[in-house]
Parts: sequence; structure tokens; C-alpha cells
Amino acid sequence: MSVVRALVLAGFGINSEEETAAAYRLAGAETHVVHLARILRGDVRVEIFDVIHIPGGFSFGDDLGAGRALANRFRTRRLPGGETLLDGLRRVAADGGMVVGICNGFQVLVQVGLLPNVGGRCEPEASLLSNASGRFEDRWVRLRANPRAPIRLWEQSDPFEAPVRHGQGRLAFRDDGVRKGIVERGLDLFSYCDAEGEATLSYPANPNGSELAVAGLCDPSGRVVGMMPHPEDHLSAFVHPDWPRRLRERGSLDAAGDGVDVFRSLVRRVAAQKELTWLKGEEEEAWNGRFSAR
Amino acid sequence: MGVEHLTVMTRDGRVDPVGERVRRDVRLALQFDPGPIVTAKVYSFSPALSDAAADYLERIALFDPTEREVAAGCGGAPSTATAFVAVDRRPGVTDDEAQTLRTVLVDAFGEAFASCRTASRDVYWFETSHPEGVLERIARDVVGNPLVHFLTFGCRDEYRAPAITEPSRSRPTIATVPLPRGAVALARLSEERLLALDLAEMQAIADHFVRPATRARRAAAGLASDPTDGELECIAQTWSEHCQHKEFNARISFRDAASGRDAEIDSLFRTYIVAATRAVESQLRAWGQDWLVKVFDDNAGVVRIDAERVFAWKVETHNSPSAVDPYGGAITGILGNNRDPLGTGRGGGRLLFNTDVLCFGWPDDDRPLLPGQLHPRRVFAGVRSGIEDGGNKSGIPTVNGAILFDERFAGKPLVFCGTGSIAPAAVAGAPWWDKRVDDGDRILMVGGRVGKDGIHGATFSSLALGAEAPRSAVQIGSPYTQKLVADFLEDVCARGLVKCATDNGAGGLSSSVGELARLSGGAEIELARVPLKYAGVEPWEILVSESQERMTLGVEEAAVAEVLALAAQYDVEATEIGRFTSDGALRARYEGRPVVDLDLEFLHHGTPRKRLEAEWEPPDLVEPDVPEDLDYGDVLSRMLGSYALCSREPVVRQYDHEIKGRTVVKPLMGRSGEGPQDAAVLRLDWATYRGVAVANGICPRFGDIDPYAMSAAAFDEAVRQIVAVGGRLPRAGAPEPAFWSANDNFCLPNVVFDAVENPDGKRKLGKLVRMCQALYDVAVAYGVPLTSGKDSMKNDFRAAGTTISVPPTVLYSIAAGIPDVRRCVTTDFKAPGDAVYLVGRTEDELGGSEFYRFLGELGRNVPRLRPEAARQRYDRLGEAIAMGLIASCHDISDGGLAVALAECAFGGPLGFDVDLSRVSPADRPHVALFSETTSRFVVSVPRGMESAFEAALGPDAIALGHVSSGGRVRVTMGRRVLVDVETAWLSEAWRRGFEAVL
Repeated sequence: MSVVRALVLAGFGINSEEETAAAYRLAGAETHVVHLARILRGDVRVEIFDVIHIPGGFSFGDDLGAGRALANRFRTRRLPGGETLLDGLRRVAADGGMVVGICNGFQVLVQVGLLPNVGGRCEPEASLLSNASGRFEDRWVRLRANPRAPIRLWEQSDPFEAPVRHGQGRLAFRDDGVRKGIVERGLDLFSYCDAEGEATLSYPANPNGSELAVAGLCDPSGRVVGMMPHPEDHLSAFVHPDWPRRLRERGSLDAAGDGVDVFRSLVRRVAAQKELTWLKGEEEEAWNGRFSAR
Repeated sequence: MGVEHLTVMTRDGRVDPVGERVRRDVRLALQFDPGPIVTAKVYSFSPALSDAAADYLERIALFDPTEREVAAGCGGAPSTATAFVAVDRRPGVTDDEAQTLRTVLVDAFGEAFASCRTASRDVYWFETSHPEGVLERIARDVVGNPLVHFLTFGCRDEYRAPAITEPSRSRPTIATVPLPRGAVALARLSEERLLALDLAEMQAIADHFVRPATRARRAAAGLASDPTDGELECIAQTWSEHCQHKEFNARISFRDAASGRDAEIDSLFRTYIVAATRAVESQLRAWGQDWLVKVFDDNAGVVRIDAERVFAWKVETHNSPSAVDPYGGAITGILGNNRDPLGTGRGGGRLLFNTDVLCFGWPDDDRPLLPGQLHPRRVFAGVRSGIEDGGNKSGIPTVNGAILFDERFAGKPLVFCGTGSIAPAAVAGAPWWDKRVDDGDRILMVGGRVGKDGIHGATFSSLALGAEAPRSAVQIGSPYTQKLVADFLEDVCARGLVKCATDNGAGGLSSSVGELARLSGGAEIELARVPLKYAGVEPWEILVSESQERMTLGVEEAAVAEVLALAAQYDVEATEIGRFTSDGALRARYEGRPVVDLDLEFLHHGTPRKRLEAEWEPPDLVEPDVPEDLDYGDVLSRMLGSYALCSREPVVRQYDHEIKGRTVVKPLMGRSGEGPQDAAVLRLDWATYRGVAVANGICPRFGDIDPYAMSAAAFDEAVRQIVAVGGRLPRAGAPEPAFWSANDNFCLPNVVFDAVENPDGKRKLGKLVRMCQALYDVAVAYGVPLTSGKDSMKNDFRAAGTTISVPPTVLYSIAAGIPDVRRCVTTDFKAPGDAVYLVGRTEDELGGSEFYRFLGELGRNVPRLRPEAARQRYDRLGEAIAMGLIASCHDISDGGLAVALAECAFGGPLGFDVDLSRVSPADRPHVALFSETTSRFVVSVPRGMESAFEAALGPDAIALGHVSSGGRVRVTMGRRVLVDVETAWLSEAWRRGFEAVL
């Protein structure tokens, strides 16, 4: 049986590629960190991957707005074949793969219109704006998964925990049509919730003032996924802010943190929805040669 | 026609959170409410954009479907606006946003737009009308800084479009500077050109240039006998205090009135710092431990993690720049410090974490400001924000730090930035830490371009600060540019293509090339090849400019093409600017014409050594009378709410402290998520649980009583914080010997005696001697090597006849290996019923304590470190932690036992019930509560493990009571109840301490 291949984007101010790659590896995917410049030059084609992940960071310093310059590069720079990288991402999703963006990556996917894409026309329907506090914040949040969403990345009934680390994470929607579409189709993949597990608009459990308490979105196909919190920063139980007490209480801790389950679900889902194929002969060689340098 | 400006603004009627934040900033800074503020961005283009390009930006690239709208033109004031403040960047000041906008245009429309000039402006629209004076204050004191910004303000109809300044067309010149004869004229020359050299040094330069050998050589090179502007600048940068550590290398006559023993000290650096490390090194060798790899002679110290990896780290100050432009000073401090590990050995260390220790004046200082002085609150806010951008945008977690206040930091703040990194032990078969340069190797400059920003940084920071700060010394960093450089370096260095790397910091190319040239014995560069930000930069300016985000690399000729190609892939500009030679000269040309031709030996060893006098006499102090009838609950609450002790959460949350996902012990932890921690601990990778602990020790107030005690206590503070999380000091027979690596950073006022200008210079230098003596004694006793450090020796602010000088201060920043991070211990109490212990004996040592400060006193009994007892205690505590006997451990420092106990409870949040009868004599509760005796801890122990714990710690374990579930803090001394209050009431005061500041 073949294995899921994940591409983790790097470069131009992206800065979470290291832990993101670790997350996919822990989830069993064959993972490559690839600098965006190599993709734009045509060294690496995104279509040979099953998951394209845009990690967190400050692409282009977040000048002009978080993720904006990178989103524009996705839309306008032509690959050697003549199409844009955005076209490439859409095809990966259309072919049964997944496109994932976290934090800065989420901001990019929302700006190019891949999320939430209620209208199916890939146009901007939402924004990630300055936090209601007007400040960057690093704090841990609790997240509830929507059981009605087109994709399930968290199966447990308890909320999962992860840190947010952003200044522009307040999700706002264009109009009521978009809001309605999101609620009806369950595109609000993750919501910020309070200690009782209820979705909340109150600070700090909802750290940025996002509308409908939405922390993460997927598109109607469930193949494009984005969120502000960082499951890749909760790969180990030993990075939770309360791990020493939990260790004391439980006697031992599972080595894996909540984040690993999220990535496992994601990789499993891809494996189930896409016919994974072995690369053959020349292709295989090219595959191996392509990444040996890094 | 076309479009010259685009404006992005919050749609009418929507709340603008950034505007709201600025409104709050104004309220805090200027003590009045400016009313609602709406922010706008204006982008300008020259030449004007075509309609197609403008349309693309408006409808796609900058389009926002919700709250922000984009419109052509620069007007578009919100309907309710009556007044404005507009902030433009001065020519040459980094404008990242404008540059990114150009990139967006190039992406969409091709290279034709690469030459389009762009600029960004921030506009603040006010609903309430304000008089001009008020707008000016908002402009200068809150949203802008005249040193880097061009500020305009007024009522709505006075608003004007920004203009893009045309670049200079002046032709570069190389000037000869005639060296005058006579002391007065030489001194004036130094002052006029901001050379920061004293008379002896100016004289040494003059002597050098009249020597027949020098003259003959210059004639042969086609140079006049007097130096060029470039040569004089190059010498001044190289000889600056900042680069040469002149006081630390001086010969000092030390008169010690306390012991009666006078001494001749031949270099403080060699006598104390190097000697301590050598002593530790021989001890380590005797134990068969080989983790100490490289100390002092590179940009960062290097120690070994394991066979494959090394750890390199460096801490530095950026005080002067932060005093005049807090945001720019702090961000360039962070980014500059990041370049140290990037430029150590063969370069390209992977940056792991940042630390920041900050010393400010009181945020509520209401004394009138001196000309040129910025208010401490402003400095605090700006520095904090620079650290946020410097760390967050670079993807480096800011994991540890401290914030201190004292009115003497109101002139120059102290801003200490530290960066740790990991590098491979070997690259291409050779040790990573060895720099090699051979004759013929090429010199590459990599990263940002050179402009007129950051001229004279090294000499500027070697002078006292006054009313007039040179605009050229100030600059803004670009974390984005540097992130590209860091990504590139990690790759190119790992491939073994780089033989040596160093950063361009103080002194620019003159220092970076000048330093590396020592390895081969010479270098020559062509300044016209250096990429410039704009035309009109003079050759001497290119040579000494400290424009940011640049590295200098030594590369073999055969590898140059590959390095340049790789740089292009990373969008990093790299340029071959010259080559290394071996004929003993540093040469720079401009379009072939000689600019610099200096003898390296003279450049690096021609500085006359200083001879200085120092004296020490203990101050005449007394212990205060402490009132008997204090309400200690109330005292504790007020102390916890003070600037010195309150929660740092409002600051820490704005620093990304967990990017990379491996911060195991964070600044804030516990069930409440707000329990302050001691050392930070990071896991090094995902394959093992190996980690590094990092901590800082600093306590300048103790120095007012005895600088020796202060220095010793600061070293101990950093060590005991690492011990508190589970670190073990170097010791014989350790099963997994872990590295330790200390940075020393000394910050002093001018210590050079002058009967008129600096009459107490000898006493100040005497304090420095005492600090160094303690450093030696403690480092050797603990077996912790100093691996790198820095000194900043002119921390005085002079204006209007007043001088504000910092107290002599030393910061010790220490990192140590942790074999298994899962065994680390945090400070928060874990469960009701756990036994609470004080570990370590308490003395009557309240001198310089927070409690005495609360009473408005200094006192005399300063905490005195007892290193032998402390060492034994740390070993025992380490055993107990390794045995799993400890539920929580918190070091006791500022505020003493009472504050430490409260902080342990806040992390729970839980309560505690303790009796202090065994801590100190029953009639002195304030000693038990607030003494700051060093080397002590608050520890909690799970029920049932008490006897094992007591056996492990021996008499050092003093049982106090237990953790309680009721959420109440109860402290008694025998029958007397000292404190009996709600934990939540205490934590409320503590949490809100910075409310009026940030």
C-alpha cells in the first residue's frame, strides 16, 4: 500500500515549517519541506503531493495585511506550465487531495477565496482582521469540532487544546448569505469554546473576537481546511501549559499531544478519499533526486 | 495621469481595533482621552500607476470583503474626522511595507515595476478636534518619532498628499582629512566627526600617519599622507569602546579601603573573566568532560550538546539606540543579536530562542523630561513592541526575560537581547566553530542593502547621550529580510560552501571585513560593488554604515558561483565585494580609487592602552527601623501590585513564546495559565527529550550597598533558576554531563575619572572591579564557564546641566543542558495537601530588598552569597528532583519568601497554610517574609514523600505547612497571624500592576 505524501511550504517569512513537517511525519505521511521559490521555478510540482500545507508565520512580514502578499503571489505568479499556484492548489483538492492552511496559511486561503467558498466561485467571502484587542496574543485555547462538518479532524467529545499566536485572527464574514451557508453546511470546522465546552464570543476563550466563534473553516468539499490555532504546537503532551500537574495527577502522560490526532485524522482522510499511487521508474527517481539536497 | 496614491481604511461606521489601541496608548501616555481614532494606510507610487495596476491593487490585491476599503487617492477621511496625524518614513528609513507592495506589483505585472518607487504612510483620523499642540504631542510621543519619521498634523482640511523624495544625484567623493597638530585641535576633530576617541588615541593616529614608513607606503598606494575620511572612520569604529572594550582591557590601579589591600590589575577581562573560564576548563578536563568548545573569540560562545551538535549563544545590549528610538533600538537589538549565532564559526546556526532583560525608569515618573529624553513609559512601550516584532516575525520564541525599574534608568534604558542556537558539530568534515580564511578567498556581502542609516552606531554608543541624538545612528530593522538571510545561511553553511561568516553590526563592513582579515592577514574590497539602497551614499559611509540584516562571508573562489546561485533561490541578495589577502593591509577602493589602505597591525593593535584608577570604600549605611504594626496581608498585596513585582503577563502574551512547538517550561504555566516560571526549558528536537534551560540573573539595587554582593547574587539567581527546573551544576562523575554556558553583560556609567567631568569615576570603576571579583569567585565555585559577553560603558544621559547615570549593573544569562525535559519541575502548586518547604537558611538580609524599597529604604544588610553551601544544596535538590520527590519548585528572589509563595499559589490557583516560626526569630516576621537571602527555594512535596525529601535535603529542608484547597493564603508565625487573605484577592492586585502602563 502506498503512503500519503505531504508538502509543507517554506520560505518568504513562513516560519512554522519545522514543527508542521514533524506533525505530518508523526501522522505517517511522507513529508517534504519545499521552498516556495522551487515550486514557482518548476523544480517541484504540487500535483505529485496529496496534501499541500501552508504553515504559519509572517509571510512578507505581514506587510499590507497578514498573508496578503503571499496570497497575491499565489494568484499572479505563473508556473512554467502557465498556470498559477492557486490553480495548482485547486486541482490538488479536486483530485481528492487536501489543501491545509494554519494561521498565516489560513489567512492566505481565506484571502484567495478557497475558504470558506460557500458560493463555489473562489472569491473573498471572509477576512481575518486585527484581533479585537488590537494586539498580538500567544495563549492556549480550547476548540470544539463541529460533528456536522464535511470533514472530521477531531473525533473525541472533549475539546482539543492548542495555542493561538497571532495578531490578525478575527474572522469576519462578508454578509449574512455567507454566514448562513457556513452554519447550514457545517463549514465552521472548529469553534473557540469555554471551560464548559460551549462555543463562545467572550475573551479570552475566544481570543480574537471571531464571528460565530469560528476558529477554523473548511470548504463545502471538506478538502480545503484552515484554522488560526496551531495543532502542530501540541504534538507532545509535554508542551501543554499544565503538563506537570497532569503528569502528577495521572501518573503518566501519553507522549503525543492533541495535535497529533488532528494530523492523523487528516492523513487518514486523504488516504481514504484519494487513490494513492506508487510513483514509477523515472518519476520515482526524480522524486528522490528532487529532495536529496535538503 | 494615473494613480499616485491608494488609501486603505476601515469602512465608515465600523470599529477599528488598531485605532482603539492607539486611543488607549494616547490615554496612557498623555493622560487624556483623544476620542475615537480611525487608522488609514496611504501608499504612494512614483511614477504614478497605470489604471490597470491601480485597479488590480484596489479590486484584488488589497481588497477586503468585510471591514476595510481601498480607494484611489489619499483623501478619504472618515466622515466624522476633524483632525489628523500623518506619519511618513524619512528617506532611507526602512519601509518594508512599501517594498512588499512593489513585490506584489512585480508579481502581477513583471519586472518593469521593480524600479517603481513606493512609500507608505500611516494616518490617524480623530473624531474630536484637538489643538495643534496636542496633535503634535500625539505625533511625537505616541505614534511617531521625529528621528525616523516625518510628522504632519492639523485639522481635516489641512491634510496633504505625501510626496516621494527624489534620490540624491551627488557624485561620491573621497576626502582627505588633515590631521592638525596640538591637543586642542585633535580633540576637536574627534568631537566634530563623532569619532569618540580620546586625546591619547587621536595622538596615536597622528603619530602613525607622520611615520616615514607610513608615508612611504601611502605614497606608493597613491594616497596623501593625511588619512582619508574613510580611514579615519574605519579606525574610529575599530577603536571604539563598543568594539575594543577599552576599560576592560585597561591597566587599573585599585585601592581597596575595605580590605586595605591595593592591587594592580592588568585587564579586568583577562584577570577575572578569562581566568575564571580557564579555571573551570581545567576542572572539567580533570573530570573528563569536554563540552566546553569555544569561548570569547567569536560572535557567540560554543558548547557541545552531543557528538553531532553544538549550542552557541550570545547576549548583548542595545541601550543607546533604544533610548532615542525605543522601537527601532529594540528590534535592531534583537535582530543584531540573532546575527551573532548566524555569524559564529562557519555560520548558519539554527536560531532556537530569544531572551530579553529590560531596565526602565518608572513608568509613572512625573518629573519634567530633559531635552532629548523620552518618557520611561514610552521607552517601555516602544521596546516591548520592538521585541514583539523582532522575535515574532522571525519565528523565534521569546522564552525568558525580566523587567526592572529604577529612576536611574530614565536617561538610558538597558535593553539586553539574547539568542541561543544549535549548529552541527562538523561541516564538510571540519569543526563548525573554526573560522578559516586563506589568501585568495572571496568576500561576499549577503542580505540587506547599504544606506546612510546606522552611521556611527559604534562610536555613538561609546559616548554619553545628550539632547541631540544623531539621526543617522538610528535605524529600523526588517525581520522579514533577515528571516530570508537566516533560511539561506542555514542551507548554504550546512552544504560546507562557507569557510567563515560574521555579521555586519557595529562599524559595518569596516569591522566585519577588518576582523576576518586578521585570519588571512589582509583584505581588499571594492566599495562600488556594494549594493546601495539609493544613490548618494559616500564611499566612507558605505564602509562604516550599519545598515541592518547583512552578513559577510568568506568563500573559496571555486564555490562563489554556487553560493550566489543558492542565494538567488532564497531571494537573498549576495554580492562578491572583494577578496582576502595576506600582505598585512586592509584596503578599500571606490571605482578603483583608493579609499582605505591601513596596516592591520596598527588598526587592531595600535590603540594605546588606558591606565585607570579605581577605589572602593563601603558606603556608610544603616538598617532602617521597621514598624511593628504592619498589616502584612496589605503589604504583600501592595508589593505584588508594584511595577517591580507585578505579573508580566500583559507583556509576555504579546511575545510568541512557543513557536517551534518545543517550549516545555514557558514563562507562564499552571492550571490558571498565569503562574510565573523560573528558567525556560526548550526541547531540542522531536527525536529525544534532551533540552536546554535558560535563565537570567540581575539585581542592580544590591550594588548600591556592595557591588560584589550584587554580582554574586545575580550569578546565583541565574544558576538557581536553572536548578529550580531541574538543571544540575557541572560535577565529577555525572552520568550525562550537560553543558553550562554563561554570558556576562556589564552596563556602567562612565568610569574614567576626570576631576571636572567625572569626579566620582574612580569609585564607579571600583564598583566594576568588585563586580568582576565576584564573577570570578562564583563562576569558579559553581564550575560554570563564561563563554561570551559584552560591556557597555557609557550609560549616561546628559542634558540641561543634569546627568542621569545608570547604576552599575551586570546581567548573567546562563544556559544549561537538560538530559530529559520530562523531569523538569514548574513553580505552581499542584495539589492540596502537598507539603510546603523552604529550602535554604534565611538570614537577616533585607538590604536592597523590595520590602525596603516599599518602605522607601535601602538598608545595609545586603544578601551575601555563600557559594559552597549553595552548591551542596543545589546538588541535593537536583537529586530530589531526579528522584521525583518534588511537585513544584520556585526560586526565591525579589520580594523574598512571601512573594515566592504567592506566585506558587497563583499558578494553581490554590491556597496555602504555612507557619514561619522555624524561618527566623519570632519577633522579626518581616525578615522571614521578605528577606532576599540568596540560594533559596519554595518547594512542594507530594504527601507521603516528605521523609524521603527531608532525608535528601537534610537541614536545608524547613517544613512550613501545606498547600490548601480553600483558595486562601494563610501565613502565621506561632500564634500570630501575619497574612490571611484570598488568593484571588492577591492575584487580582498582582495581575493589574501594569494596567496603567500598557
